[in-house]
Amino acid sequence: MEREFEVEGGNFLNAGSISTKVKEIVKSVGFSPEAVRKIAICSYEAEVNIVLYAKRGRMKLSVYEDYAVLNIKDEGPGIEDIELAMQEGYSTATPEMRELGFGAGMGLPNIKKNSDIFTIISEPGKGTELRIIIRNEKESM
Amino acid sequence: MKLEEIRRILEAEVIVGKEAMDKEVYYACGSDLMSDVLAFAKPGALLLTGLTNIQSVRTADIADIKAIVYVRGKQPDEAAVKLAGERGIPLLSTRLRMFEACGRLYVAGMRGIGEVEEKVAANK
Repeated sequence: MEREFEVEGGNFLNAGSISTKVKEIVKSVGFSPEAVRKIAICSYEAEVNIVLYAKRGRMKLSVYEDYAVLNIKDEGPGIEDIELAMQEGYSTATPEMRELGFGAGMGLPNIKKNSDIFTIISEPGKGTELRIIIRNEKESM
Repeated sequence: MKLEEIRRILEAEVIVGKEAMDKEVYYACGSDLMSDVLAFAKPGALLLTGLTNIQSVRTADIADIKAIVYVRGKQPDEAAVKLAGERGIPLLSTRLRMFEACGRLYVAGMRGIGEVEEKVAANK
């Protein structure tokens, strides 16, 4: 199953509404609570990044039996130094963004931590593309 | 610990979820940084925060946080209250500051998410 969503940059009030939908979808198809939570967190961090930094973006959720894929592409400023951006605590957020509760430099590291496979491609001036794959691991008892 | 007991200990006001006060919460975290909550919170935790905008509720919803306590007498904004009602997340507000609110709950037996992890690891 595939679903595609538009994310509007700068619309802070709606930030996270798509990730709530993404969470509902993977929950409804029977992903484990742990997998659902990981997908929701990755989706939410990526969505907030688009809202904070980009003009607009697209998120595509593809659900398979054993895993889910999130493809996220934005029309944002791109990332100058990806290695630096992946470090916990590194942030280019403005004080305004921080007042909103974000911009602590945890977004991309959080996505990496919660995904099984994570790819990031970015070019300054062109935008950023993320691919996040999360396995639906059956809970071990 | 039931939410009702948390409400009593923190002398808190219930903003959303009066009917949910018998829900149990076993551990808590306190932060104003939502990415930290997403990184470290465990499902079912209580969140204490000074961040009153809609993203406090979104974060709770995404990370399976059971309830939110706003500290320093802060009141969540209208959008946050509306979303919390829709998503079934109880919201409370206490006059206490973050440190005092956390301290009171800790003394009463509430534990932090880090300690829960240690316990799980020790039992393995």
